[in-house]
Amino acid sequence: MSVLQTLIDAIALGMVYALVAMGIGLVFGVMRLVNFAHGELITAGAYALLLTNDLPLAVGLAACFGAVIALALAMEVVYRPLRTTTPTTMLVATFAVSFLLQAVALLAFGARGQNVGVLEELNRAVSIGDLRVRWVTLVSIAVGAVLLGATALILARTDVGLQMRAAAMDAKTAQLLGVRASTVIRFAFLLAAVVAAAATVLLTVQRPLVTPSYGFQLVIPALVGVVVGGMDRLVSATLGGFAIGFAAAVLGDVLPADGRVFLDSALFLLVILVLLVRPGGLFGRSRAAWERV
Amino acid sequence: MLEVRDLEIRYAGVPAVRRLGFRVARGEVVGLVGPNGAGKSSTLLAIMGMVAAHRGQILLDGHPLAGRKTEAIVRSGVALVPERRHIFPELTVEENLRLGLVGRRSRDGVSEDLDRVAGLFPVVRDAGHRAAGVLSGGQQQQLAIARALVARPDLLLLDEPSLGLAPTVVDGVFDALAEIRAGGVTILLVEQRAQFAVGFADRTHVLANGELRLTLTPADADDTERITAAYFGS
Repeated sequence: MSVLQTLIDAIALGMVYALVAMGIGLVFGVMRLVNFAHGELITAGAYALLLTNDLPLAVGLAACFGAVIALALAMEVVYRPLRTTTPTTMLVATFAVSFLLQAVALLAFGARGQNVGVLEELNRAVSIGDLRVRWVTLVSIAVGAVLLGATALILARTDVGLQMRAAAMDAKTAQLLGVRASTVIRFAFLLAAVVAAAATVLLTVQRPLVTPSYGFQLVIPALVGVVVGGMDRLVSATLGGFAIGFAAAVLGDVLPADGRVFLDSALFLLVILVLLVRPGGLFGRSRAAWERV
Repeated sequence: MLEVRDLEIRYAGVPAVRRLGFRVARGEVVGLVGPNGAGKSSTLLAIMGMVAAHRGQILLDGHPLAGRKTEAIVRSGVALVPERRHIFPELTVEENLRLGLVGRRSRDGVSEDLDRVAGLFPVVRDAGHRAAGVLSGGQQQQLAIARALVARPDLLLLDEPSLGLAPTVVDGVFDALAEIRAGGVTILLVEQRAQFAVGFADRTHVLANGELRLTLTPADADDTERITAAYFGS
């Protein structure tokens, strides 16, 4: 496999992880809450696609986005009383929500993986010179770039985006100016949900076997990426997510076939080394502001 | 317009403000002075709903503020210029000003108000696209006051507007405050520089250990002995 081929695959996986990391970073920015249950948004979207497998694609996509958005807004309501609690309490609570939702999925769909057959044709390869690239790889890069760009535009150009950035920088001052905490938090969950739903569609094309822990397995490395990038800023968290996906894809190619069982170990060793050298994250500021809205 | 009645604020059970009472009538400037830890900033934060009152009442136009969210208090026409300015350094000057618009009760007259603050503080127009963090301390203070003014408040709370500023810059800030006062905005001014506050305000209350000790008028501004004695509680 050529270096270019590896790079394209790595960028594509990096984009998907960047979307997941951005969703986590959006919520963390305005609420200082690390939402471990973010993965369950992806699981919910995947099961929505599964349930609508036999229906037209538009219905499946609408069900996926609808389920993810509804669950995200429900999470916002559940987390609302936690705004004034300690970060530890919030962290444990999001773990609880994550495991509760996984248990619900287990009861509803069973432990066995089930195959989502949405947009399977994107797994076909296209030849670009000497390269054979799957369509889903190209679509992942394009969709990722569009969504990252659109989110950046929303944050930079709209009033609610400005209020979100202000709340992420200094929540108390934002409140003193009249910024409604509940509005910016709800909007952050909504944006995170839209991005998670898009990531779900891309993921289910590449990894169609859905289980109750489908999203959770993805969120752990994405969270690691957020920490490695630097969680005090959305840009650094997103770049961290991209970096972890990119590194996973490159390591997957570089490691010999019988050494790939050590992929996660190699990845986490890399993470430990990065955090030893730059505790504030690869792209983050040296000191985080731990205020909440 | 604003009435503070028998206010008590506690942090972890320890009183920071005790039995504090005062009034601010519409169009007045009232000062609060006192040493560090006297309870001045806590009083402002309680008015803004950021700190809960342990006892007593804060009334705005006769309506109690207890239980109301900060966002709602801002939309009732109260704006605070916080201590140490708290501008958003990574946002541009123009974005900082736009955030001030969030607390407005009406979108009418926005451009006129922006022009007015630009006339008062030209830096908000001249440096509109620069990051607010690169402004000097005095310019950041001007931006913080401008940001509060574009919310078109009826009551402006100022917490230590002269803190960390050079004396000539302080004069400029107080000149601007005089213009704001002339525009009919009611002001509650917390200030460490007691003589400035006493000379500027219609009435100045001296706080020490969370209690109101003395009330001074502009006639007392040159009586430095009395101000010093009140300030240090002797």
